[in-house]
Amino acid sequence: MELLLAVTTGILTAVAVYLMLSKNLLRYLWGLVLLSNAVNFVIFLGGRLTPGAPPLIDEGEYAPVGEVANALPQALVLTAIVISFGLMAFALALIYRTYMTIGTVTSTEMRIAEPRPRKSESDE
Amino acid sequence: MAGDYPKIERVMGGPAGWVSVLFPAVLFVFFLNVLPDVVHGPIVAGIDWVPSLGVRMSVLLDGLSMMFALLITGIGTAVTLYSTHYLGDHPHYPRFVCYLLMFMVGMLGLVLTNDLIALFVFWEITTISSYLLIGFNADQASSRRSALQALLVTGAGGLILLAGLIVLGSVAGSFDLSQILTQGDEIRGHPMYGAILILFLAGAFTKSAQVPFHFWLPNAMAAPTPVSAYLHSATMVKAGVFLMARMNPVLGGTDAWFWTLILFGGVTAVFASVMSMRQTDIKQVLAYTTLMALGTLTMFIGAGTHYAILAGMLFLLVHSLYKAALFLMIGIVDHATGTRDATVLRGLAKAMPLTGLAAALAALSMAGVPPLLGFVGKEYMYHASMDLPGLGAIWVTLMTFAASALMFAAGGIVAWRPFRGELAQTPHPAHEGSWPMLAGPLTLGALSLIFGLFPGIPGHFLIGPATNAVEGAVHEVDLHLWGGINLALLLSIVTFAVGWLLYRNHEGIRARLAGIETRSPVDFDAGWDHLLDGFKHFASRLTDIVQNGSLQRYLAVTFTAYAVLVGGTYLARGAFDVGPRLIELGAHPVQWSVLLLMIAGSFLVVSTTSRMTAVAGLGVVSVGVAIVFIMFSAPDVAITQLLVEVLIIVLVTLVMLRLPYLPPRSELHFRFGHAIIATSVGAVVTMVLISMLSGPFDRKLTDFFEQTAYPEAHGRNIVNVILVDFRALDTFGEITVVAIAAIGALALLRGIRTRTKTDLNANEEA
Repeated sequence: MELLLAVTTGILTAVAVYLMLSKNLLRYLWGLVLLSNAVNFVIFLGGRLTPGAPPLIDEGEYAPVGEVANALPQALVLTAIVISFGLMAFALALIYRTYMTIGTVTSTEMRIAEPRPRKSESDE
Repeated sequence: MAGDYPKIERVMGGPAGWVSVLFPAVLFVFFLNVLPDVVHGPIVAGIDWVPSLGVRMSVLLDGLSMMFALLITGIGTAVTLYSTHYLGDHPHYPRFVCYLLMFMVGMLGLVLTNDLIALFVFWEITTISSYLLIGFNADQASSRRSALQALLVTGAGGLILLAGLIVLGSVAGSFDLSQILTQGDEIRGHPMYGAILILFLAGAFTKSAQVPFHFWLPNAMAAPTPVSAYLHSATMVKAGVFLMARMNPVLGGTDAWFWTLILFGGVTAVFASVMSMRQTDIKQVLAYTTLMALGTLTMFIGAGTHYAILAGMLFLLVHSLYKAALFLMIGIVDHATGTRDATVLRGLAKAMPLTGLAAALAALSMAGVPPLLGFVGKEYMYHASMDLPGLGAIWVTLMTFAASALMFAAGGIVAWRPFRGELAQTPHPAHEGSWPMLAGPLTLGALSLIFGLFPGIPGHFLIGPATNAVEGAVHEVDLHLWGGINLALLLSIVTFAVGWLLYRNHEGIRARLAGIETRSPVDFDAGWDHLLDGFKHFASRLTDIVQNGSLQRYLAVTFTAYAVLVGGTYLARGAFDVGPRLIELGAHPVQWSVLLLMIAGSFLVVSTTSRMTAVAGLGVVSVGVAIVFIMFSAPDVAITQLLVEVLIIVLVTLVMLRLPYLPPRSELHFRFGHAIIATSVGAVVTMVLISMLSGPFDRKLTDFFEQTAYPEAHGRNIVNVILVDFRALDTFGEITVVAIAAIGALALLRGIRTRTKTDLNANEEA
């Protein structure tokens, strides 16, 4: 299963990268969401997979009995999920505002801050 | 130049002036007191500065550094005293004093330090403070340009020198100069010797303005005259000479050293002497004679015999004395008459007798006329050059002869002609300078005479110890004014004759040189501008390529770099292998069917042209992720994932109502290049994951959290304990990030003008 999940993570990453290379910002955003899912898998896999044993300590014990799932990557992934949500929400607001202000969601048409380099400049 | 500023009344430059004079004067007296001790051997003392890096703040006071220290503080006293009158009423005089003292400290540190790293620091202090001094008249564009040019040339040289110092330090195993100086044979035999030599000489040649790095020095004349006097006589440009002299016991004595130094030095000396004949501004004439002196010094340090080093050290003293006096004299003339044009100035001797006396003494020393010290210096130089082996003797003698003859003529142009004949009309009527301005040049001129009459004094106290320090050996030095009738004396007489002829015809020579200069295709100063322009052009081209403003290109470069660098490293090192354990592990049909669903969902997002379908595809992937978390014992993560997913869908759907449709299928081309980048990145991620999973697993941290979660943090859910206890600060940071994102989003969304129907209609029509 680890092998399969590794391959799936790779495929998700590839799809995410392909979407992020699009000039349409909506597709870019979906790429971002997919990429954060893929990265969460990377972290999660780093702690190895343990089926059916959540990292809990039974009543009356001081430490988990038997082998339980690795708790550390789970904590990290929890943090990552929330942060990527914040990033996604902010990016969405940014795209929305951009569209309202300059009327496009195509990144190649957004040239207010960096106008296209003029060809004549090299002749100076 | 002097005189075009709003004047402020200050007595002797005010407090700043007194401090600036007292500081070098006290140091000068101090060094004079230590002088008798240093004659017997070097003094080394110091304290630890950065012990962890092995950097010590220690002082090496031997004959060489003593001579420099005396020149720096002695001439420094003359220059600061002079400045109190020359610039004392300038509104920025206190600032000037600060720069000058900073420069002095940098130069003193440079010659006194016993540590290579500290040497570099002081080296750079002189670079920066000379930049400030040359650009002191900052309201003039030419002044700023000259300052920047000096900074860039000598600063670049300084950085190269730093590389050389580090290589030398690592070869020698220490940054301690007094220790390195004893390791000469070992370093000369080391394979890195060539590299060290090139790096050191690049630093020294830029600082000491050897051809082809000479062009900044004449431009540095933009500085106020006292600064020029100081820069040219005792400091800055002599730093490179000092470095070569200091390193002679370590780097010197090889063929590479010998030929590099005498060739560069000789070419510089003669080129500069010829150029000095070309100038009409007497300050520029002097600037080129400084270049000539630097070339000569380089040549004699390179020649390396006992006599050559002795002659070099003697000429160093000779040059410092007469060059400082001449520059200060020119400042007085400039101050008094308002011009420095050699073609205008005539007959000043009657109006300015004392200035004329100082000028005559200094110029006679420069021309090498007996009984001044310059004569002694020239005799020893001829003597030394004829003693050299083989071709070197011919080359050095010829170069010395040509430079000396031209010096004789330059001395006449600068200090003889302006004072002779009928008093000429000048912008201001000529008048004698005040005593603080005259004190320096007169004292220096008198010293040239006294030392010339009694050369044993400087020979015993300064030249001898300095020569021994440069050679790294002990010889007794006994200087004579009269060496008997020999070949050197004969050469001197011929020099005078040729020099006199050159001086008589100097106006014709000047005109002819000016003609050659206008036709010459090589112009170093303009070449410098081309170089800078080229750099700017290159930078702007590069920026156009790297920062072209396309998000797509940035991402493509980033992802490609990731795939190539990480993937390439894996392949190159053959680090990729699939462990047997990984293949044995099977998968339940439920598990792999979830994975298949996720993959299908992601492909749906790529291929659809409907926004809602895409959002549904994203949902499939996210729920799949949550299910994987549940299957592998992460219920908390799964719940969070689901909640966040619902939130995302709600948000995206809400915003989507106001955003445009996706481009229609006809515009949605399959981008082959993008697909290759994407596939490579995905493949590399999988590769990294498989390698990671095949390797051993370190449970140290996990065990720690499992063992301590309950006893120390009193929680039974280990994930929760980690989040709110062990890594609480991280969680706090996470909350902060979300809060900032929320505030940012709010700021973006506030004040948005809701699009009305008419707006949309207007858009469609457009």
